[in-house]
Amino acid sequence: MSTVQTSMPVQAAAAGEPSLWSRLRANRNWAALWFMLPAAAFLILFLAYPLGLGIWMSFTDERIGREGVFIGLENYQWLWDDAIFWLSVFNTILYTLIASVIKFAIGLYLALLLNRHMPFKAMIRSIVLIPFIVPTVLSAIAFWWIYDAQFSIISWSLIRLGLIEHNINFLGDSNWARGSVIFANVWRGVPFVAITLLAGLQTVSPSLYEAATLDGATNWQRFRYITYPLLTPIIAVVMTFSVLFTFTDFQLIWALTRGGPVNATHLMATLSYQRGIISGRLGEGAAIATAMIPFLLAAIAISWFGMQRRKWQQGSNND
Amino acid sequence: MTDSALQTKAPAPTATDDSEGMSYLESLPRRLITLYLPLFIILVVLLFPFYWMVLTSIKPDEQLIDMEKFNPFWVVHPTFKHISKLLFETQYPRWLWNTMYVAVGATFLSIAASVLAAYAITRLRFKGADTVGILIFFAYLVPPSILFIPLASVIQAYGLFDSPLSLILVYPTLLIPFSTWLLMGYFKTIPYELEECALIDGASRWQILVKIIVPLAIPGLISAFIFSFTLCWNEFIYALTFLQSTPNKTVPVAIVNEFVDGDIYKWGSLMAGALVGSLPLVILYAFFVEHYVSAMTGAVKE
Repeated sequence: MSTVQTSMPVQAAAAGEPSLWSRLRANRNWAALWFMLPAAAFLILFLAYPLGLGIWMSFTDERIGREGVFIGLENYQWLWDDAIFWLSVFNTILYTLIASVIKFAIGLYLALLLNRHMPFKAMIRSIVLIPFIVPTVLSAIAFWWIYDAQFSIISWSLIRLGLIEHNINFLGDSNWARGSVIFANVWRGVPFVAITLLAGLQTVSPSLYEAATLDGATNWQRFRYITYPLLTPIIAVVMTFSVLFTFTDFQLIWALTRGGPVNATHLMATLSYQRGIISGRLGEGAAIATAMIPFLLAAIAISWFGMQRRKWQQGSNND
Repeated sequence: MTDSALQTKAPAPTATDDSEGMSYLESLPRRLITLYLPLFIILVVLLFPFYWMVLTSIKPDEQLIDMEKFNPFWVVHPTFKHISKLLFETQYPRWLWNTMYVAVGATFLSIAASVLAAYAITRLRFKGADTVGILIFFAYLVPPSILFIPLASVIQAYGLFDSPLSLILVYPTLLIPFSTWLLMGYFKTIPYELEECALIDGASRWQILVKIIVPLAIPGLISAFIFSFTLCWNEFIYALTFLQSTPNKTVPVAIVNEFVDGDIYKWGSLMAGALVGSLPLVILYAFFVEHYVSAMTGAVKE
């Protein structure tokens, strides 16, 4: 089909010059240009350009309402000596690491549970995804109330059970606050991991398990030597997305703690918002945001690696 | 190529799903411990915040703060005071309308742009189509957290600050990469022969797209639409940065900024606000569960 389209005008050119218009009409590249235009316009104007502009802004001292002047690496030098910045880097890595590991462990476990035969299977699967549907901020507000210093239902229950004496100050104490935001993040992330891994599990043929069982494989061996290798590619992709979105998380923290207490839960994204928008030092905020890019590139590289491996596993003609 | 795309899509809910498999080998007590009990615990933890949200939004104030006299896990005389206060005494309906307006506008713009882009990448086979596909995938990986500061100055320069229109223009950057990838997967499963027939009958590219490809990809379009709509509703950092005046805010931003007044009795209306803001999405989800799941897994798989 495609050869007819392109070769026609070229041959016709020798016989009688077709008009420019008819040649363009038959040209696939010309048509594709117009088809790509709307998407490209959005992505260039509001994604590629701001990405470049952000990196440029990180080298200026721009403030809200005032043009910036190029100051070289001054913002970065300033951040290098800034203890709060390093604390936010530490928090971000800690938050991403712990939350991702727990999300992966519980998500995989939940996926394995959901993959088994049981009554009301479809309904249970749809219920599991609800935390992912509800906007993060709105569920974070519910967690805020659950973590309330005075009326927390968790403290109340634990006191009634006789496990603790006083209310736990969930969001007021550094370590409790870190644990609380990580729990809320895990709560929201587990359904995503579980449902995508479940989709991967369903492509594993049951006959493999039957064959392994006949050969005397234990539960653990079946998981280790059948499920896990077949699931590796989708695990790589899901976890890359999970890590990426956890690392750049903003809304959960902002709704729950706004970085407090004493910056214990400040992530790089929230610090960037506080310095850039609230204090108005756009240049410095942009520098913090730009500092996140190397970490993101690392995550993307891992994702790429995972996909290459998948191609290798399934043959080269895979899209 | 078409075959492999079909293969990756097809096996999801096939024979394996409802067959009993090897589960008859297990005894009931064993299933109780290894399956039902852990599943029950996880489900309770996942759903408890919603139960708490609903319960708080219909609880009278005195029961909210007196946890000794009233069991906090239940409500004695439910009231709709919080919800009616929310709907009639605050600007909540206005915020809901803003959120809806932004979500619908941005979703329609992105789906239109994505259909065109996905068709061009999968079917027109233009020079550099694969590169463009990969670039769009990378665009999917750029998070809003690193773009909001420069975007704020871009929006300021275009004179769109504090206008919901700015969100309608910016959200497509989140939605187009995702929808394009999803739709590319669907378009690949449509046989070339249909297109060839139409070309021989003299249809233009545009006619092929509108009359053949789009009707065949309706399930994919619904998936892309629902998922995009949910993403818009969920988006926070751009809305927080670009919208300043109270009546222009979207629900998530307004909840965080407008209700937090240090009042001990704020919780009822706060939870009612969170509940009413979540309901539209949960209802939409209930109707389109299958599409939603295929959107989520499709975007990861493709």
